[in-house]
Amino acid sequence: MERIDRTTWIWIGLLAATLLMLALRDKAGWLIVYPTDWVVPLKGMLNTAMAWFEATFGFIFRGISAVLDVPLKAVQVLLQWLPWPVTIALCAVAAHAAAGWRLVIFTVAAMFYMVLVGYWTESMNTLSLVAISVPLAIFIGFVTGVAGYYFPRSERLIVTVLDLLQTVPAFAYLIPIIMLFGFGPVVGLIASLIYAFPPMVRNTMLGLRSVPAEVIESGLMSGATGWQLFWQVQIPTAARQLLLGANQTTMAALSMVIIASIIGGTADIGWEVISKVRKAEFGESLLAGIVIALMAMVMDRITAGLALKDRSDFEQSTSFTDRYWYWLVAAALAIGLFLAAQVFPLFRSFPEGWEFYPAEAMNEALEGFVLAFRGVIESVKSFAFFFIMLPARIGLEQTISPYSWGFEFTTPLKIAYLVLVAGLAAWAWVRGSVNLALTIAFFGILFFFGLTKLPWPALLAMVTFLAWCVGGRGLAIGVALSMAFILVTGIWPQAMLSVYLCGLAVVISFGFGALLGIAGAHSDRVSAILRPINDTMQTMPLFVILIPFVMIFKIGEFTALLAIIAYAFVPAIRYTEHGLRNLPADVIEAATCMGCTKWQLLWQVKLPLALPVIMLGLNQTILYGIAMLVIAALVGTNGLGQQVYIGLGDGDFGVGIIAGIGMAIIAMVADRLIQAWSKSRQEAFGLTAQQ
Amino acid sequence: MATKKANGASGSKTVKVSCRNVWKVYGEAPAQFFSAGSGSVGDADAHAAKIRDTGHIVAAANVSFDVHVGEIFVIMGLSGSGKSTMVRCLSRLVEPTAGEILLDGEDLLKKSPTELIDIRRHKMGMVFQSFGLLPHLNVFDNIAFPLKLQGMGLSERRERASRVIELVGLEGREASYPRQLSGGQQQRVGIARSLAVEPELWFLDEPFSALDPLIRRQMQDEFLRIQNQLQKSIVFITHDFLEALRIADRMAIMRDGAVVQIGTPADLIMNPADDYVKEFTGDVPIARVLTASTVVDKTKKATARMPRVSADTSVETLLPQLADHKTGIAVENASGKVIGVATAQNVVNALASEAAKRPDAEEASA
Repeated sequence: MERIDRTTWIWIGLLAATLLMLALRDKAGWLIVYPTDWVVPLKGMLNTAMAWFEATFGFIFRGISAVLDVPLKAVQVLLQWLPWPVTIALCAVAAHAAAGWRLVIFTVAAMFYMVLVGYWTESMNTLSLVAISVPLAIFIGFVTGVAGYYFPRSERLIVTVLDLLQTVPAFAYLIPIIMLFGFGPVVGLIASLIYAFPPMVRNTMLGLRSVPAEVIESGLMSGATGWQLFWQVQIPTAARQLLLGANQTTMAALSMVIIASIIGGTADIGWEVISKVRKAEFGESLLAGIVIALMAMVMDRITAGLALKDRSDFEQSTSFTDRYWYWLVAAALAIGLFLAAQVFPLFRSFPEGWEFYPAEAMNEALEGFVLAFRGVIESVKSFAFFFIMLPARIGLEQTISPYSWGFEFTTPLKIAYLVLVAGLAAWAWVRGSVNLALTIAFFGILFFFGLTKLPWPALLAMVTFLAWCVGGRGLAIGVALSMAFILVTGIWPQAMLSVYLCGLAVVISFGFGALLGIAGAHSDRVSAILRPINDTMQTMPLFVILIPFVMIFKIGEFTALLAIIAYAFVPAIRYTEHGLRNLPADVIEAATCMGCTKWQLLWQVKLPLALPVIMLGLNQTILYGIAMLVIAALVGTNGLGQQVYIGLGDGDFGVGIIAGIGMAIIAMVADRLIQAWSKSRQEAFGLTAQQ
Repeated sequence: MATKKANGASGSKTVKVSCRNVWKVYGEAPAQFFSAGSGSVGDADAHAAKIRDTGHIVAAANVSFDVHVGEIFVIMGLSGSGKSTMVRCLSRLVEPTAGEILLDGEDLLKKSPTELIDIRRHKMGMVFQSFGLLPHLNVFDNIAFPLKLQGMGLSERRERASRVIELVGLEGREASYPRQLSGGQQQRVGIARSLAVEPELWFLDEPFSALDPLIRRQMQDEFLRIQNQLQKSIVFITHDFLEALRIADRMAIMRDGAVVQIGTPADLIMNPADDYVKEFTGDVPIARVLTASTVVDKTKKATARMPRVSADTSVETLLPQLADHKTGIAVENASGKVIGVATAQNVVNALASEAAKRPDAEEASA
């Protein structure tokens, strides 16, 4: 056997120390539970600071709020006043301009659904928030992006701020926004502005930076002034990227408008879903949820269609009617339908009697379904709960009981478990994979005692050392400090609950997603089936994903787990497929010529080569999982997400923001660890991963 | 086939643009190596070495040359030799660190940004290796783009653009977008755009390098045809020695930012300044470089039955005629006066003596 190196010795030492601390846990309880006396009273300090800030500068924010309220109210009034056929017709014209007749049919059908189920008013309230927030977010994002492009020194600062804005859960910064801007729809608007402008910034910088040098030079040699160069050369050349940014910004704005409706007072469709989910009215929540999903899909297809559109039909003709065809049609339709609405009251407001609102029937059907399959549902749920979730959370030690597993966890059984884990680790060690042996030993300990029952000094030390191994001293210091923040602010137990739930969901969705991704990479048919599913899941607002799971499995941690998995498996599929499909062709050919079988090719050539890209997928899976974790807190989890809600509910800035930062820290630590590891692998392969 | 030889004398001797000790240094503080932007230093090679030792990058070192009115001046060198930097210094897309550039006798580097824009709008045109077309504009709008920037009205723009569209043979493709065109057609758009402003000075930065060999050859012919018609002053960048040979009136070979040799293609082949130049010229078929004037026997009298060729006809084109006329061919100078006779034997002798000078020939005999 090879000589044991220093790193391995340290790992063995850390594992031994963990066991030692666990042995001492009865004598020194502070090893497991960080003592309250040691908690730094950061919450209080933050609340004091916030109170002072609000008292001093609050008038500025209330001013902004008052100013924004004017256009918002105006659009709201306009959209409510316009007869519904007019609004639908205008959207249909936009859909035709973006992507032709198929999208027109979809748009009209989707919007008519909103009328039919009687959610038109709520939908228009949501739309008016989006209609104000999107142009503003695009403008702010564009200007910031241009600044980042022209002043490379400011770029670093901009990127850091964007990272923070996108990793701190949206709910967490709802709290300061409410405190500063007051209540009401304007809060949703501002929150969605803040959440939605970063993608525009990134795409603006990327787009401007990727204008080929020769195109700029050719503009200069054509005698362009600085202004002409910017507007007539750089911007049009970057147009596609800019429009993709606009698409992402639109989607982000919508999703935040929906999330922000949790604070209430908006009478929009998001509020409809949340209040119905809370009341466990499933039919109602599903009907409203479908409105959001349809709205998201229509907006996505229209903006993406405009972004990817071939502009060759445009600009050809100089005749007035050809050029302004769409505007003319839109104006004609709008006026025609508006006049029709004066004649037919049906067009003015859809008669309530004609509305189709099958919530009752749906509830009954669901009840019937749940009753019929209660046995299956319950056993799935309790199997997952007792055999997977509880062991990970509180350990086999406390899970196994006659009630759960049907027998006692007696000493002989404990010894058998020990022998099993030790045996597996020893086998891996003998086979030469020291890292695998260490991993087995770690998870052996984890499942015996449970993640939330492990001593914090040991976890802190292990994660820090892991950071040192993959990313060197700088990363180790950063990770240690971040984790120390979680510890000293007293949110360690909640953080561990979040890590446990999210980690479990990530493992499952990543495994599941990677398998589908491998299948998709090898079969065009599978890929064609997966693509629309992925697209739909990604445009689906987070709340809506919750609904089907809550329907069947009721409120609880298992439901949350499923919802997180459903949302987080998409990037795993995407990145795995992308990584496997974009390998250097000559390497594959060379391996095939050497006589690799299909499986050898996959395991020994393709997967190792695609690993850096697949790891980026894992990274995204984690970020998605954490994003969903906050939403999932709505249906009953006890982690940091719940803390954010408590902060939001009590108007406690300190509690909410610390929990929010805690979640951002978990996301960032995971992100940095994986990125560092992925980078070192890439350098070893001489590859670069494409985003 | 259009060839540059039809162009006759290689332009006048009036200087269009002139580089004087131009330096371009990249790095933290490049200006420190030159006093008041003057590029004249004692020993340029030593100075360049000194700059490189400080970690700066010398892209152009003490480059001096003149481009005459109506002449095709080729700058040739391998990638990284500084040729692209030089053409960008001439157009001030890159600001030289030191030295002077005179355009029609005026210092280009002293021009204000506004004056520079004006010069680019009226006096300069440039063609790029990857075409540099604007993806959102169709062929017509791309070509008329420089005119539009000047604020020219639509009808005049139409008129001017259609003239150059016809010149490059793109009639009927006006409404196409760059991505719908082949590489050769895209470069025709690039050429047309650069000519739309009717520039006096025409820069071409490896215009045909991105094209495949057959198209490249065709485009070179097109280029020479256009130049025959327009008689621009041209700076042409290439890494392809054979291309340089086909089109150059005079050429400069660059290495590591410095000019190694300047001369006509024949000068370079007959008298390479060093082994580096010899490396390039070694690949050239001698018959293509040798002209009738170098093989002519001035002691022989021409007879009336002999066919007559001009002195700058290449031996390559002479060969089939020599096969038909055993007694030889009459060679006449630019003014049409017969200067002597070239026979098959003369050609064989000249080829043999040139072949002996080649580096690979030396190796073979060693």
